[in-house]
Amino acid sequence: MRFSGFRVIKEALTGHKGWGKLWRNCTPQPAYDFIIVGGGGHGLATAYYLAKVFRKSRIAVLEKSWLGSGNIGRNTTIVRSNYLLPGNQPFYEFSMKLWENMEQDLNFNAMMSQRSIINLFHSDGQRDAYRRRGNAMHLSGAGGTLLSADELREIAPFLNFDNARFPIKGGLRQERAGTARHDGVAWGYARAADQLGVDLIQNCEVTGFRREAGKVVGVETSRGFIGAKKVGVAVAGSSSRVMAAAEMRLPMESHVLQAFVTEGLKPTLPGVITFGAGHFYVSQSDKGGLVFGGDIDGYNTYAQRGNLPVVEDVIEGGMALMPMLGRARLLRSWGGVMDMSMDGSPIIDKTGIEGLYFNGGWCYGGFKATPASGYVFAHLLATDTPHEVASAFRFDRFARGYVIDEKGVGAQPNLH
Amino acid sequence: MLIPHPLLGPRDAQEFTYLGDASLLNRPDPDAPNALEAFCDYVFLRDNPAGVHCELWFHEQGDRSWLVVTRNTLTHEILDVELATDVARRGT
Ligand SMILES: Cc1cc2nc3c(=O)[nH]c(=O)nc-3n(C[C@H](O)[C@H](O)[C@H](O)COP(=O)(O)OP(=O)(O)OC[C@H]3O[C@@H](n4cnc5c(N)ncnc54)[C@H](O)[C@@H]3O)c2cc1C
Repeated sequence: MRFSGFRVIKEALTGHKGWGKLWRNCTPQPAYDFIIVGGGGHGLATAYYLAKVFRKSRIAVLEKSWLGSGNIGRNTTIVRSNYLLPGNQPFYEFSMKLWENMEQDLNFNAMMSQRSIINLFHSDGQRDAYRRRGNAMHLSGAGGTLLSADELREIAPFLNFDNARFPIKGGLRQERAGTARHDGVAWGYARAADQLGVDLIQNCEVTGFRREAGKVVGVETSRGFIGAKKVGVAVAGSSSRVMAAAEMRLPMESHVLQAFVTEGLKPTLPGVITFGAGHFYVSQSDKGGLVFGGDIDGYNTYAQRGNLPVVEDVIEGGMALMPMLGRARLLRSWGGVMDMSMDGSPIIDKTGIEGLYFNGGWCYGGFKATPASGYVFAHLLATDTPHEVASAFRFDRFARGYVIDEKGVGAQPNLH
Repeated sequence: MLIPHPLLGPRDAQEFTYLGDASLLNRPDPDAPNALEAFCDYVFLRDNPAGVHCELWFHEQGDRSWLVVTRNTLTHEILDVELATDVARRGT
C-alpha cells in the first residue's frame, strides 16, 4: 500500500476501510543472514538500508517489547547538524541530508519540519565559540548564521534579553535544523523495511549470543534460538546489559533524561531554541505543546523515570530564558534511559567477536542521527568496512587517545 | 532520592554530586607492567549493571564527605551507605 494524496481522498470517500496494517507481525524463522537487535529508530533504519541500499535479504529485527517503545518514542525530536569536531560533523550533516529526503524515500509522513534551531550565546567568549562552530558547520556544508541580539529580537521577542546574570547577546542559527515526529520515524522505517521483506519480530528479547569457534552463529532469545551469520546490536540505553552477554564492558553508563510537554498553545516559537547559560532546549510541537528538556539526572539508572530536583532545574532554566513559560500548564513529563558514552560520541564498530557488530553510545542526541546511523551501520554490516563519515566512531579510540569530546569535559559520562 | 548519610542521617540527593562506579576507588598500580591498559580500562570502561550498583557520591553541599552508596539502578532503592574512607581503608 502506497500513501498518496489521491489515496487519502479515496479512503475518505469509502469510509477508511482500505487502510491495511503497516507491517506484518512476524514469528521468527530458524535462521537469518542478518539479525538486528533492538527495534528502535536505529535498528529499524539499519534493517531498511541493509535491504534497500545494500540489497541484502534474510534480515530480522528483534525487539524485546513493541517497536518504538524505547527512546525513539520518548525524545524531544530535535534534528540538527551543528556539531564542531571533524569526527562528528560530517556524520551529522550526512544525516541531515537523509532527513531532507526521508519522507519521499519511505513514502511516510514523519512530519519533518525544518523550522531552524537557534543556540543562544550570553557572553563574548561564547560568541567566539559559536562563530568557530558556525565555521565548522559551513565547512561541512551545513550552513548557519550568526544572529545579533537585535536580529534575534525580531524573531523571538519573548526571550529574556536583559536577564541581569545572563543577558542574551545573540545566537547561532541553523536554518535547516528542526523537529520530526519521533514515532512517525520509527513507523516509517518499520513499514518500509517490512515492505522490503525484513521480518520485524516483537516481544523477542535477546538474552545471549551463541558462538562456535569464536564466531557468532546466532542469538538466544525469549522466543528460542535464532541463527544468524551477522548480528548487529542497536539497543541504545540497554547497550551495556546486552553486550555483557558477550563478555564486553563498554565505555558507557546508562542515565535517565527527562522531557516535558505543556498544554497546546497557539504558534509562539519560531523553531527550536536552546539556552546557552543553562541546559534548556524548547520547541513547539505541531499540536501546539511546548516540548522541552534539560540535563540528565546524573546517576546510573535503568528506571525510565527521573527525580524532582532535575524537574525544578529544567524549569528554572526555562523561566530564566522565557518567563512566559510560567503561564503555560505542564501536561506530562517522562524519562528515557540513555547510553552515555565516555566522550559523548557514539560507537559504530565491529567487536572483537567475529560476526558481532555494535551501534550505541548515542547519549541524548541519537534521534537526529537515526537515518545516518542506520545507513552507516548497514554499510558496516554489509561490507565489513566503516562508512567514511563514521570512520572515527571506533571502540579503540579511547585506548588510542582519539576521543571525540565535543564538550571537552573528559571521561565523565554524566557531564556529556 | 534520600541518601541515608552514615553521620548526618537522611539527606536529599540534591545536596550531592555523583561520580560513578565505586570501583574508581581501586586505582591501578602505575608501576605494573600492564599499567597503560589497566588505566585505560579504569578511566573508560564501566560495568554499568541493571540492578545493584556501588557508587561514589560526594556530599558537596553538606559535610563534603565521599560516600559509597549501594543502590538498585532499576528501582532507585538504596540498600547500603558507607563512608568512602571506611571502604577504602578496608580495601574492597
Ligand atoms: C527524553 C529524551 C529526549 C531526547 N531528545 C533528543 C533530541 O531532541 N534530539 C536527538 O537527536 N536525540 C534525542 N534523544 C536521544 C534519542 O532519543 C536516542 O539517542 C535514540 O532514540 C537512540 O536510538 P534508538 O532509537 O535506536 O533507541 P531506542 O528507541 O531506545 O531503541 C532501542 C531498542 O532496543 C530494545 N532492546 C533493548 N534490549 C533489548 C534486548 N535484549 N533484546 C531486544 N531488544 C532490546 C529496546 O526495547 C528499544 O526498543 C532524547 C532521548 C530522551 C530519552
